[in-house]
Amino acid sequence: MSNATHETWMGFLRPDGRKGVRNLTLVIYTVECAQFVAHAIAAGEERVHVIGFPGCYDNAYAIRLMLTLARHPNVGSVLVVGLGCEYTQPEKIAQVVRTSGRPVDWFFIQQAGGTRSSIARGKEIIQRLRTQMDAEASRVPMTLADLTVGAECGGSDGTSGLAANPTVGAFFDLLVDAGGRAIIEETVEMLGLRAHLLKRAATPSAEHQLAAAYDKAVRYCQEVHQYSISPGNFSGGLSTIEEKSLGAFAKGGTRPIQGVIKVAEPPPFPGLWILDSVPDEHFMQFGYTNPNDTEGIMDLISTGAQIVLFVTGRGSVIGSPVAPLIKVTGNTKTYEAMLEDMDFNAGRVLSGDLSLSEAGMELADLVVRTSAGAPSKPESLNHREYFVMYKHQNAPELAAGCRA
Amino acid sequence: MRILRCYQVDARDNVATLIDSTPPGPVECLGQATPTRLKSLEPISRGHKIALRDISTNEAVIKFGVRIGRATRPIKVGEWVHLHNIASDFDQRSATLDPRSGVPTDTSSAYV
Repeated sequence: MSNATHETWMGFLRPDGRKGVRNLTLVIYTVECAQFVAHAIAAGEERVHVIGFPGCYDNAYAIRLMLTLARHPNVGSVLVVGLGCEYTQPEKIAQVVRTSGRPVDWFFIQQAGGTRSSIARGKEIIQRLRTQMDAEASRVPMTLADLTVGAECGGSDGTSGLAANPTVGAFFDLLVDAGGRAIIEETVEMLGLRAHLLKRAATPSAEHQLAAAYDKAVRYCQEVHQYSISPGNFSGGLSTIEEKSLGAFAKGGTRPIQGVIKVAEPPPFPGLWILDSVPDEHFMQFGYTNPNDTEGIMDLISTGAQIVLFVTGRGSVIGSPVAPLIKVTGNTKTYEAMLEDMDFNAGRVLSGDLSLSEAGMELADLVVRTSAGAPSKPESLNHREYFVMYKHQNAPELAAGCRA
Repeated sequence: MRILRCYQVDARDNVATLIDSTPPGPVECLGQATPTRLKSLEPISRGHKIALRDISTNEAVIKFGVRIGRATRPIKVGEWVHLHNIASDFDQRSATLDPRSGVPTDTSSAYV
């Protein structure tokens, strides 16, 4: 029997009051030209992750996303590396991070003297940042009430909607009842569920937000002529986006939905939330909503999720920087074939070996163990895929001056 | 030999999902099952759907108690239910995909 809901473990207290489950140094590059050096700085280093934005022209959405990742509860210190001619400013990112109370540094490669000297300088900086971060670390007890957990599915098959997503839903019910925050996204995978979705709203204001997010997702898919369903999904037995949507929505469990948040926006209070990562209407119409699983996982992490659950029926070999990724499959064959990558086999629900509520409790135990420091499978394989893209979402106070 | 199984999510459903890949023959139905046994008319892979009763053209296909699309031709109880006989109310392109592999057929001319 699980006692995850009463479990306490030690986390890292951040100046804004949020608590992290890891204490990481994040290297951020501000243009593709600095990507090689950023990765070379992090290579072989303990607890150093990398993210970056490839564009030379800045973009308000991408900057917002990088700034929230730089101040994520799992991040304790930051190094920003630029080439020297891009629009996005490493120094400004560093200022924001400094204001958040984290050790930070930045430099331009053009001023550091090329590849080798930049890597050497970066490595020297992260030693210093890590030492300071560890010395200043404030350890505090954590419970499920301190956790924000995101969930996304990818590589779905017929088992995802029957076993794995409902297992995540059962865990999310436990998490919400314990006072935590649960987030599901992919409003483009709620197509056909308008009435079903609105019934789950906690308040009239939440219902209004859900209706707007749903209608925008439908409009978006119609305009770009792309629905969030792939050849692999069809081959796995899903016939329509509506069918996939129902299976995907099962991740949301049964508790009321408190409202809709956008990328880089933390849920303002506990409960179940929907993340809207669909681009808002914009003159350039750029940005697919979630061009791949990694992009969606980054969106979830940007809300401050310390742990992300990734449901995959067909199997996947991705991970994530900043927040540990836990892989859940509803397909026992996938679990057995990809054991080194899969963390949790919800296929036992379909075979009758485990009830849904038992599976939810077992998943809660795994989330607690991972939060307490045990590496997830993608973490131990050093999978840290990331994807920060040009996209537009409305946030008027931040958009000015950038290629919004 | 162990009987092959499918799973019906909601009592209102007119399709069930195969837990085991099945050849033509008897299938046991778990979950909110009505009927509890039926006969598949053709090979159906795990994760794919089987019709629990006859469905006529343009009738709603129901899974999880919710409409997931409509039949594009008459479907008999025990038949495989997929891209070749149902269509989304939203996504037009899916009707053009190869039903076994899901691979697009409308972009073949781009691979030259």
